[in-house]
Amino acid sequence: MSLDATIGLRLGSLDLDVEITVAGSVVAVVGPNGAGKSTLLRALAGLIPLERGRVTVDGRIVEEPGRGIRLQPEERRVGVVFQDQRLFTHLSAVENVAFGLRARGLNRTDARARAGEWLRRVDLGGVLGARAGELSGGQAQRVALARALATEPALLLLDEPLAAVDAAARAELRRVLREELDRYPGSRLLVTHDPIEAAALADHLVVVEDGRVTQEGRLVEVTARPRSAWVATMVGLNLLQGTSRGTAVTLADGAEVVTGRALDGPAFAAFRPNAVVLHRARPEGSARNVWAGRAGELYPVGDRARVRIDGPVPLIAEVTAAAVAELGLAAGGAVWASLKATDVDAYPA
Amino acid sequence: MVPAVGGLALVVLPLAALLQRVPWSTVGADLRNHDALLALRLSLECSIGALALSITLGIPLAWVLARRRFPGRSLARALVTLPMILPPVVGGIALLYAFGRRGAGGRWLYTLTGWRLPFTVGGAIVAETFVAMPFLVITAEVAFRSLDRRAEEAAATLGASPAYRFRRVTLPAVAPALAAGAALTWARALGEFGATITFAGNFPGTTQTMPLAIYQSIEGGNEGIATALSLVLLAISLVVLVGLRDRWLGGP
Repeated sequence: MSLDATIGLRLGSLDLDVEITVAGSVVAVVGPNGAGKSTLLRALAGLIPLERGRVTVDGRIVEEPGRGIRLQPEERRVGVVFQDQRLFTHLSAVENVAFGLRARGLNRTDARARAGEWLRRVDLGGVLGARAGELSGGQAQRVALARALATEPALLLLDEPLAAVDAAARAELRRVLREELDRYPGSRLLVTHDPIEAAALADHLVVVEDGRVTQEGRLVEVTARPRSAWVATMVGLNLLQGTSRGTAVTLADGAEVVTGRALDGPAFAAFRPNAVVLHRARPEGSARNVWAGRAGELYPVGDRARVRIDGPVPLIAEVTAAAVAELGLAAGGAVWASLKATDVDAYPA
Repeated sequence: MVPAVGGLALVVLPLAALLQRVPWSTVGADLRNHDALLALRLSLECSIGALALSITLGIPLAWVLARRRFPGRSLARALVTLPMILPPVVGGIALLYAFGRRGAGGRWLYTLTGWRLPFTVGGAIVAETFVAMPFLVITAEVAFRSLDRRAEEAAATLGASPAYRFRRVTLPAVAPALAAGAALTWARALGEFGATITFAGNFPGTTQTMPLAIYQSIEGGNEGIATALSLVLLAISLVVLVGLRDRWLGGP
């Protein structure tokens, strides 16, 4: 079970040009809104034509404009769970799930029986006869999942499957999704702007920004070593880019960061906000990185606070509520930041 | 305020006058009159035939106008609605020239099927369709155009062919609009006068539908039959109006 796709197309101001492979694991395409994630998913499903590239599902080419190949969505064996569910409102839950089986020629009785099994599997045995419009958001999304799974597609695509569901129903839906994704034998790809959702459901991440893949890899690799500002912000790391020589990374404007890893050439330096220590006066001590700066925007994170420090090395520091008061951070003003070299990870850019 | 009352009165007064003149004691007998019965039956047959023809030709036309892009689409859309504005008698003459004995369409139809339209039941049906079909096409086209395409996309990803999608997703979604359009079309066909009398003539039992029979009765001094048939048409109009009230009078 596999998906191999090279996708090139333009849609409005979006210029999408990505390569994506789905083999054994659940792949999450993550990225900011408007990056082209949903367009990518629609292109894979056959709902938007490619301009160039090729989509191969289980070894079968389903689209290749260069050779004039283009299978319609209904010919692709691709299942889609849409963010807005798109249930058929004039049909009941069980009829919605049976729809794809009926469309593929299964008789009414058998289709409804199979649909009922699928609904019970996603814990919806009690609402088989309910109209789509009477279901809650979480129930509707589970019906949409069962409906897509029931046709046993070779490729299962999920577009922000948790986004339209309220917080209360989300945990339950996430558990059901995880279970079904784990046992589903086909290729599985989901699209989300929420890294927590991606972490909960997928093993492999593909980061798409502005129509291009900016990073991909196993979940732990991507979150530990971000390669774009968006990923760094999402996983809550400070990320700097420069040129490394030994353990020193020189940034574009000449500022220098001493890291815990010797490296030569273009490099990223990443560190956690809570590794930064703030002081009123220039600190005496062993920290190798000491920078002057000005406190900027301040926002609470649990019982601590994060504050943006503008200076030669712009960064986010995480401090206690007591430190906020003591350092007068709320009012802005000059501060010193220190950071141990061993708390800074460096890796090739 | 005065013009508003005047406007309402202009509509209500004639209807009230009609009801007032109905000879209630003889209305049953008048309706059982041979000519009246003939006209009633023929009107039903012709209007239902016109509705069937409108559905057969009009729904696909509405679909194409709503969903396909082709050069001249706006022109086609405008032309389709023309019979709603065109005086029906002009439509009748135009039909006569097209499908008459010497018209190109008429000759073609005769060679192909052996049918002649002018002054036949078929002609009455075609005349009524010409005038009434635009009501169906317009309602259906708006419904197809404003339909949310997302459900159709979902159906496609579930393996549904275009025909299956149309039958199980599109049609149920537009069914209420189509029903309203069909009711309107049927009512219009039932009341058709000008195009029918011009193209199909006024032969009792063949092309003399109710409006034609009313006209002839009143001309011939047979007021009872005219009033009784008018009452039937008024009643049908009211039933259609009540049936459509949720769509049209749905305001607060």
